[in-house]
Formats: sequence, C-alpha cells, structure tokens
Amino acid sequence: MNMGRVITITSGKGGVGKTTATANISAALAALGKKVVCIDADIGLRNLDVVLGLENRIVYDLVDIVEGRCKLRQAMIRDKRLEELYLIPAAQTRDKSAVSPKDMKRICEELVKDFDFVVIDSPAGIERGFKNAIAPADEIIIVTNPEVSAVRDADRIIGIVEAEQKGPAKLVVNRINSELVSRGDMLAVADVLELLAVELIGIVPDDQAVLVSTNRGAPIALEAKSKTGQAFRDIAKRLIGEDVAFTSANGGGGIMGRLSKLIRSSGEKRA
Amino acid sequence: MSPEVQIKGIREGLLVSVENGDWVEAEQSLLSELGRQKDFLKGAKLILDVDEHTINAASMGRLRDQMSEQGLSLWGVLSHSPLTERSAQAMGLATRIHHAEQEPEEEIEEEPSVVSVDANALLLRKTLRSGFNLTHAGHVAVIGDVNPGAQIIAGGNVVVWGRLRGLVHAGAEGDESAVVCAMDLAPTQLRIAGHIAIPPQERGEPRPEIAFVKNGEVVAEEWNIGAQAGTV
Repeated sequence: MNMGRVITITSGKGGVGKTTATANISAALAALGKKVVCIDADIGLRNLDVVLGLENRIVYDLVDIVEGRCKLRQAMIRDKRLEELYLIPAAQTRDKSAVSPKDMKRICEELVKDFDFVVIDSPAGIERGFKNAIAPADEIIIVTNPEVSAVRDADRIIGIVEAEQKGPAKLVVNRINSELVSRGDMLAVADVLELLAVELIGIVPDDQAVLVSTNRGAPIALEAKSKTGQAFRDIAKRLIGEDVAFTSANGGGGIMGRLSKLIRSSGEKRA
Repeated sequence: MSPEVQIKGIREGLLVSVENGDWVEAEQSLLSELGRQKDFLKGAKLILDVDEHTINAASMGRLRDQMSEQGLSLWGVLSHSPLTERSAQAMGLATRIHHAEQEPEEEIEEEPSVVSVDANALLLRKTLRSGFNLTHAGHVAVIGDVNPGAQIIAGGNVVVWGRLRGLVHAGAEGDESAVVCAMDLAPTQLRIAGHIAIPPQERGEPRPEIAFVKNGEVVAEEWNIGAQAGTV
C-alpha cells in the first residue's frame, strides 16, 4: 500500500509565515489532485482555520480526537473550494500539554493510510508544541524571512531536526523584497542559504496581496494570476518531485547565477 | 534481574550510573528509578554514566524528553562508547567532567598546558548550528561551519576547517598558549584563556587566520603557509 507523507512546517521564530505557507502549500498540493489533510498543531492559538476560511465550520478539534470525544473523521473539515483538502483544527481553549508527541504519531499513522500528504502547522518556539509537531514528521520544511533573527532561529531548528534524525530539512525563504535586496538593504536568498546550507524548496516574494487573502480566508495559491501564488504552486510541484526552476522574478534580480551555484554546492555537501 | 541503577552525589551534581547489558532494559529500570526518586532529583544537575551502552541520537533525545516530562534535567552523559558520546554532544550535553574538579587533591600546578597534552582531541564533522554547545577538556577540530549562536569551549586549541561565526573559547582552563584558527575567522566573540576579543564587523574577503595571545591581547594573523610552518 502506498503511504502518504507527513510534512511539518516550522520556523522557530514567530510571524515568518508558517501558517500562510501551510495553508498555501496544502491548497496547492490539493489543486494538483493530491489528497491533503492539514493539522493545526498550535493548540491555544489556532489560526490555520481562519487563513483557510473554515473557522465557522469547526465542531471538533485535535484535542477532542486525542481525548476520545470524537472520531478522527468527525474532526476533519472539508475545504469549501477543494474536494481533497481537509483541516484538523487546533483547540482554542487548551494548551500544548493537552497533546503529546505520541498522540500526534498515532493520529498521523492513521491519516497516511488515506491521504497523500499530512501537512502540520507547527507553533513557534522549540517547546512542547514544536516537539508535538515534528514527532510524526517524515519531512520538515523550515520557513524563514530574509532577516538575521529569523535565520538564526531557523539554524537552531535545523540543528534540532538533525539531532532528532528527521532527515534533511528543506527551506522556504518567505517575504523576499527584490527591490530591497538589489539595493543591498535585505539579506539575499544566497546569503540565507550560505549560512543554513540546506536544500531550497521555495522563494516567496513579499506581497501585500497575501495579507488580503489570509484575511479573506482564501489561499493565494489558488489565484492563477498571482506571482506569489505561483511561488507556492512551485513549492507544491517540487514536493511531488517535479523539477521547477527558480525564476528571477521571485528571486530578486542578479543573484540567480550565484544562487543556483549555491544550491548545487549544498546538494553536494549532503551527498 | 533488571539492571542496577546507582545514584551518588558528586561535585558537579548527581551521578546516575547504569549497569551494562541490554539498553532497552537498562533504560526501563533507569526511568523507573528516576520516577521513584524524582522529588529528590528535581532541580539537580543530572549526569548519566551509561558506561558501554550504545545510544543513538534519537533515543537519547527521547530519554531527555521523558526525563524533562518528569521535571528532571539531563546535563551530561558519560560513556565509553564513541557513538553515545557523539549523540550526547550533538544534543549539547556535556560528555566530560573535569578531572581536576573531581579530584581536587591532584592539582597540577607546574604545567598549565597539561590539559591540551593529555586530553583527547575531538573531531566533529558537521555544521555546528545555533544552540549547539560543546565543552571539551582537550582540543576541538571541526570540519564544517560554526554558525552564530553555536558555542565551543575547549581546554586546548580550536581548529575550524570552515567558517567560524559562533563563540569560541580556547584554553578555557587558563592556557594562554592556546590558538584558534579558521578558514574564515569571523566569530561573534573569541576568548583565549582569560582574554576576550570582539572581532571587527567590517571584513574583506575571507581568508584563513590564526588567533593567539600576544602581549596580553588577542591578535589574529593571516595564515601564511610558507612562513608559519613549524611555529605552532
């Protein structure tokens, strides 16, 4: 039997776009015809439901599953737009200790039988909630912003993920502003990669339309004309093994030559 | 009979020793013993002596998590198994208790550099990331980068075959002759024995450098292959 993949999206630092990335990568995977369920592991501070526009449909949540008040199926909310996209929301009234890493593993073992992808939105930090989120993961995607503090936290997270033997982490650099990069006022993707030395899987431009779409509860990945949406769709394609080139449109000007060189050399390092 | 677990007080904290044998059984009796004594052990610096047991990073992580769930903090792991030591170091746990501190009678006054002569050198072949914390009595060699937020404290010299951007303390027990060298020497802070240096922010092209103490100050010099061969 073909088992699905459990992918955890995490960052260390808060506010870099984990939840937005989770919603958009999940939506993009579902739009490619994959069966996808996303889990909001941020118990007590849930918001993946809001970003997906499913807040008003919640009846049961993750903690209800763990504590046996409902069946796994009952807590899964089907997306309005995509047939094959489901959400398991977090509880808002409890805290991280209501779920253990073992519970998460058990739930995901069930889900991978029916789904191609289980995408987990991790809370910020490196405490219990983060441990819950990475415990069942087959793969880890690290989201970072081109700023020193976010990159520093990403580095710490990659170290922990390596120590837990969760396989090499993949990196999404979110909120790249090509104008600032070309003026030298922002870290370029190449600078981030140089420090983190992990595989790059996505570059997402800084775009106010993201704010609008998250407030509306409609993932930008489903907007065919949006460049930012394209960036998320490219990530989904790379996840299913397609070779999608990084275009300079979302990379930020003249760094692309240097960037592809770096991607190659970080690939060699792992070999 | 399940393997025996012993707990005794030492200078650094509490030493918990586990008998050799099957690790699964040993871990079980260890956890149940820690559970029984947890009120007594809470807040103490726990050092685990696992002797010959081979423990990989994943199971050591699990053990630490299970201990922290009981409110116990694992500070260090002592082992004769190199794999176990590496797993512990990868998690930032101490793997040595300083001998001099353990047996204060045997002080070696005349030879301050003895630490770097008889202690083992440690070779790490990986990128040391933020949050990584290594304390080692001997020399430390790293093949890979030392990122900002990572920390190496060595009794002897520190050699980094890569970019050094974290914090490094060489000669941490007072050895002023200790050196730090790196392919790109750009640490957040560099300490040798009792001296602290903060390298300049603006730097040119990276080049191999060696830092040492000269006239009471930490200085860094470009590594010149021909000229310096044989001096260190």
